[in-house]
Amino acid sequence: MKRRLIALAAACAVEACTPAGNSTTGERGTVHKAEPMPARFAVGRTATPAEVAAWNIDVNAKGEGLPPGKGDATAGAAVYAAQCASCHGAKGEGMPPNPKLVGREPRDFSFATTTTAVKTVGNYWPYATTLYDYIRRAMPQLAPGTMTPDETYAVIAWILAENEVIPRDKVMDATSLPAVVMPARDRFVPDDRAGGKGFR
Amino acid sequence: MSRRALVGGAAAAAGSLLFATLPEGAAGQGASTSPPAQTPSDIPVDPTKVLGAPTSSTSGRSPFVVTGRTPTGAVSGSSLTPLHQFTGNITPTDLQFERHHAGVPTIDPVKYQLLVHGLVEREMVFTLDDLMSLPSVTRLHFLECSGNGRAGYKGIKPDLSPQNIDGLLCNAEWTGVSLSTILAEVGVRAGAEWALAEGGDAALLSRSVPVSKLRDDAMLVYAQNGEPLRPPAGYPVRLFLPGWEGNTNVKWLRRLEFNREPNMSKDETSKYTDPLPGNKARMFSFELDAKSTITYPTFPNRLVRQGWVQLSGLAWSGRGRITAVDVSTDGGTSWTEAQLQGTPGVKAAIRFTHMWKWDGAPATLMSRAVDETGYVQPTFAAFREGRGPGTDYHYNHIRAWKVAADGVVTYGGEA
Repeated sequence: MKRRLIALAAACAVEACTPAGNSTTGERGTVHKAEPMPARFAVGRTATPAEVAAWNIDVNAKGEGLPPGKGDATAGAAVYAAQCASCHGAKGEGMPPNPKLVGREPRDFSFATTTTAVKTVGNYWPYATTLYDYIRRAMPQLAPGTMTPDETYAVIAWILAENEVIPRDKVMDATSLPAVVMPARDRFVPDDRAGGKGFR
Repeated sequence: MSRRALVGGAAAAAGSLLFATLPEGAAGQGASTSPPAQTPSDIPVDPTKVLGAPTSSTSGRSPFVVTGRTPTGAVSGSSLTPLHQFTGNITPTDLQFERHHAGVPTIDPVKYQLLVHGLVEREMVFTLDDLMSLPSVTRLHFLECSGNGRAGYKGIKPDLSPQNIDGLLCNAEWTGVSLSTILAEVGVRAGAEWALAEGGDAALLSRSVPVSKLRDDAMLVYAQNGEPLRPPAGYPVRLFLPGWEGNTNVKWLRRLEFNREPNMSKDETSKYTDPLPGNKARMFSFELDAKSTITYPTFPNRLVRQGWVQLSGLAWSGRGRITAVDVSTDGGTSWTEAQLQGTPGVKAAIRFTHMWKWDGAPATLMSRAVDETGYVQPTFAAFREGRGPGTDYHYNHIRAWKVAADGVVTYGGEA
């Protein structure tokens, strides 16, 4: 192999095998370089506004994406009983593996140092808007996407009220939901790991 | 006689099994596999004296090889890779772990569409044909759920196998389109720092991903180990983020929305965040730090004679290449560098092996991975000190396996 490379190098030296342009001539004959890639291949088609609207269902922490509608915990109790209780328990106590939804302990967020703490909406979730985003996309599990905005706001109000995050008569809507400050809001920190020496 | 045939336990007791069967007595075990085409009773006394089987459309496994993921049957749950049955670098595609949040959707590839919208110059729809017509890249990478190792940290017991502890791991060759290619097609606008990736399953699973990762090495994957993705792995298209926790590698991808901020979706707030001492929790902890795990000898193996034993396992890092794996047979008092089977790839798992002469005394086996950033896999004690006994996800501490004087191997926890 080495001898072959030397021979090739010698041939190149004589024949000037890397001439200007997009080809090389040598033992393999003339070999062309690939054409440079375009900035765009112009593959795919333009999405229509209707297509975007149909799938653009996410809600962020500012409440962007929340639809019109409203509901309170009283209305939410009925929605919860009908749609949620069979998996999450009558009072949101959870039915493993279906998670517990209600509970404020440990109020000091000591999840790392205790081994018995169970995460709930009230003790762990940093943003109330996440409830709307998640329920709309995935709940109830056997019929996702079937609850109306009023039902969704109402059941969220029930979950938050049961967690003592909002008063029972507080109405949840596109304005009030993003304004709810969750108990664990300030418990979350950015990732400070970066590889290298030392363990974090 | 192969080394495996010298191994005791249920497998050797059954006679000629090449690979150990799933451990009896390991809680909740029960392999779900197709019945073999042949049963061992069909096997001729002398296979050189009878005509063999004809060609067929696909290869099954030997009737002597009993394997499978476990547990099975959950629509919101996981099934684990039988790591203890493998010897190389690649995970067999049909045994790759699963983690689903609302079951495996059935998606018609002709109807499949990927919507890309938000802070882009051109909001676009791509079909599967569109994606497959773009320049493809093929790379070897591991994929791991960040919950991998939970049983080995929070549910320690002697009869845990590598499948039980670390089976939310696979290593495969992935083919697809670089996300950077898609970014050029749609023209990402200034201010777009995050993209929401959404799956087309019944959970519409969603995760926010920094655009910097999409520019770096992210892929839209449509093939694994040379064939179209299998449905549990995300057919027809999944997001693939090399080295990042499995949940962000959104399967059945149907939408990418470019935004200024992360969405704070359920799986990036209430789940997949890591509680830390000091009553905090780390969020957007994407990278999987260097880690290794021994796959042989482990539970349910038993060493039946003294002498040379080959230790074998896998090592991987979400931050680049593995540069070394050390092994210890004395519980971490002394360490020896293991052999790596091949050239370690970037964010890919590599097999390590080490020949150990067992003298019949009780021993504690450990492995320790080092990656190209200089990161050294932490001890169990250092991990617990740094993260706390109740932390969640990213369990990359050193694992210990105890060999008793009678050769029985059990999981040792912190040992």
